[in-house]
Amino acid sequence: MTGLKIHQDKCVGCGLCVKTCAADALAIQNKKAVVNEACFLCGMCLDSCPFKAISIEKQAAPKEDLSAYHGIWIYAEQQQGKILQVAYELLGKGQELAKQKGCKLTALLFGNDVANEAQSLIAYGADEVLLCEHPLLDTQIGENYIDLFDQLIQERKPEILLFGATGFGRSIAPRIAARRQTGLTADCTILEIDPVKGLLNQTRPAFGGNLMATIICPNHRPQMATVRPGIMQVQPCDVTHTGEIIRVDYPDQDASKTASIELLEQVIAAHVNTIVDADIIISAGKGIGSQKNMELVKRLAELMGGVVGVSRPLVDIGWSEYQNQVGQTGSTVSPKLLITFGISGAIQHLAGIGGAKTIIAVNTDPEAPIFSVAHYKVVADCVEILKHMIANLEALPENGLLIEESKDKLS
Amino acid sequence: MKIAVCIKQVPSTNEVHMDPVTNTIIRDGKQSVTNPFDTYALEQAVQIKDHLGGEVIALSMGIPATERLLRDATSRGADRSLLLSDRSFAGADTLATSYTLSLGIRELGGVDLILCGKMAVDGDTAQIGPELAEQLGLPHVTDVLAIDAIDEQTVLCRKATDNGYQRLKVTLPALLTVVKDLNMPRMSSLPGILYSLDSPFESKTAADLSADPARIGLNGSPTQVVRTYVPQRIREAIVLEGDESQLAEDILNIYSEVI
Ligand SMILES: Cc1cc2nc3c(=O)[nH]c(=O)nc-3n(C[C@H](O)[C@H](O)[C@H](O)COP(=O)(O)OP(=O)(O)OC[C@H]3O[C@@H](n4cnc5c(N)ncnc54)[C@H](O)[C@@H]3O)c2cc1C
Ligand SMILES: Cc1cc2nc3c(=O)[nH]c(=O)nc-3n(C[C@H](O)[C@H](O)[C@H](O)COP(=O)(O)OP(=O)(O)OC[C@H]3O[C@@H](n4cnc5c(N)ncnc54)[C@H](O)[C@@H]3O)c2cc1C
Ligand code: SF4
Ligand code: SF4
Repeated sequence: MTGLKIHQDKCVGCGLCVKTCAADALAIQNKKAVVNEACFLCGMCLDSCPFKAISIEKQAAPKEDLSAYHGIWIYAEQQQGKILQVAYELLGKGQELAKQKGCKLTALLFGNDVANEAQSLIAYGADEVLLCEHPLLDTQIGENYIDLFDQLIQERKPEILLFGATGFGRSIAPRIAARRQTGLTADCTILEIDPVKGLLNQTRPAFGGNLMATIICPNHRPQMATVRPGIMQVQPCDVTHTGEIIRVDYPDQDASKTASIELLEQVIAAHVNTIVDADIIISAGKGIGSQKNMELVKRLAELMGGVVGVSRPLVDIGWSEYQNQVGQTGSTVSPKLLITFGISGAIQHLAGIGGAKTIIAVNTDPEAPIFSVAHYKVVADCVEILKHMIANLEALPENGLLIEESKDKLS
Repeated sequence: MKIAVCIKQVPSTNEVHMDPVTNTIIRDGKQSVTNPFDTYALEQAVQIKDHLGGEVIALSMGIPATERLLRDATSRGADRSLLLSDRSFAGADTLATSYTLSLGIRELGGVDLILCGKMAVDGDTAQIGPELAEQLGLPHVTDVLAIDAIDEQTVLCRKATDNGYQRLKVTLPALLTVVKDLNMPRMSSLPGILYSLDSPFESKTAADLSADPARIGLNGSPTQVVRTYVPQRIREAIVLEGDESQLAEDILNIYSEVI
């Protein structure tokens, strides 16, 4: 039978599972846990039972032969002929996984005129590159990619297929998974091979980062996941590493399908100015106090060669724009340096900054939750700190003090 | 124009605590609300209906109590609602959920446009939209931030990308997932609330939909959650001390070290 099972021999009636269930589906009767029909099998209570008395029973899936599936594939997403950073991160992780599994690491490179990028994928760890060039792959219209992925998966049967969790990756990966009727884990931050079963353990944040869930896909192939950018480590470039470049054909496309979406215009914002791939982010929250202090934040960002990020309330009250919002409902960022001014560190905000390499937090409240993720804690008034930092930077010769001085001398 | 809006019931807060003594997960917020992104999808659908005429149907897969949220949708401009509810849908991952929703869309018949939220704030996968489109063999566009024009055959929309946007022309029928800045969802009006009390509402079971038992609920889900835990965020931060000018200097020194 499919469903939640409470093992009477193990259950001691402690009631811990009752507190965990958000659906009020568990209760204690006669010193044992019982489940009612409100249970929607979310699985949250399983780990809450210290006695391992709860399990979810699933009808055994008809055994498909999975032994034909081999190898780890990563999708090397490119934009305008340039491979995205996340592809190198996937290669870094992929090397480690391939070593554990003793299999090949394959990179998929699709585009119009991208062949010259294949070698760098090999230098960063790919043993093989499947290259497809076609005019329809010139732009990021997901529709034009699905048949190609599908055909390659059917022909070559990879065991694992990873995508960067970019906007494009998160749009096409689910379609491919649904086409192949396999599982897909979203936005993973940890990937490991289970040493016993050999399955890919895929761990991801859910509930806005409040909970981590480890997910497996035991009976379907490929095991698919999208992987959050900025988390996995790029391995050093090795120009002596050799690999094979295999050209594959673009499938005959059903003309009506490719015609169903037409790109009229593509606008790409100036590259350096997006918070998603900025190296330095100067972030402000409500503690900044007033809209006019936003000018200080902008000035500091400018002087430090960074971009401005904000918490959601500043967008809500119109002190900043949505593009600058960091967090669960804004952008996920992974800068080398993040300095936060007057941000409390609500969980929804923290959900967006896990990838930052160094975090310096400035807040007047020594107990602010932001300090639990910060590398450096500064308990101080953020406006004062901003003013001092700006003054220090403006005093540097290259920032114009000399000009100011020479002006002084002239007058 | 026949528009279906997919609505998910989610917990009102995402708070999850770790009981420090027993090391178990405790979830608060048992009250359920409509997934915030879906309210933008609904508003967009109603605006399109106001412009082109037609019908807006709120669709959900969920427990019977989801009826309350579907009725709420009819107080904000949806004409009627369809709930897919059955014990056997429980435990569905995104593949099984999108299959079940595809049966709902087929049941409605002749749907021109399907609108979903960009993501649900609990499961957070953002996979239902594209998977549902695939199960129906329709084109899809994710992260739509504006609809510039729409008629019976095509929609011109703007899609947010990681570093800008695309303007796309999409042939209907199609599925779009929407981000939050697309519109300002309306409040329920008094006539709306009165309408919602006995607005047409249907609930269908797996048998009503002739669902394939191997493709729904837990049994139809290739993914399996094997472990959940509350992430440890505790990190001992290095405390910087001194007056404000000293602190500013220290921060700048760290800046030159790490960059
Ligand atoms: C579904 C949902 C999604 C959300 N998504 C996001 C999201 O994507 N991003 C996001 O940011 N939020 C999001 N939020 C909102 C989030 O819960 C918080 O409300 C928000 O992050 C708080 O912003 P804040 O830190 O700027 O403000 P507050 O929490 O008000 O914190 C202000 C901080 O400033 C400090 N302070 C005050 N004065 C000074 C001073 N002079 N100098 C230094 N420090 C000072 C205070 O001690 C305090 O810690 C979401 C909420 C929900 C429910
Ligand atoms: C901790 C945890 C982690 C999970 N991780 C995964 C995972 O990695 N992969 C996976 O396949 N499943 C996963 N699941 C299962 C997944 O949450 C469910 O399948 C859920 O029903 C739909 O996914 P979502 O909440 O992510 O929706 P999303 O895809 O984020 O929702 C997008 C939109 O789809 C529509 N929609 C979604 N669900 C419904 C519904 N029931 N009725 C009507 N419209 C709907 C709404 O318009 C919504 O705005 C996870 C579940 C939990 C509890
Ligand atoms: S599986 Fe989820 S819904 Fe069912 S009893 Fe456990 S916590 Fe409650
Ligand atoms: S937590 Fe485990 S032992 Fe305690 S009541 Fe629940 S099932 Fe029984």
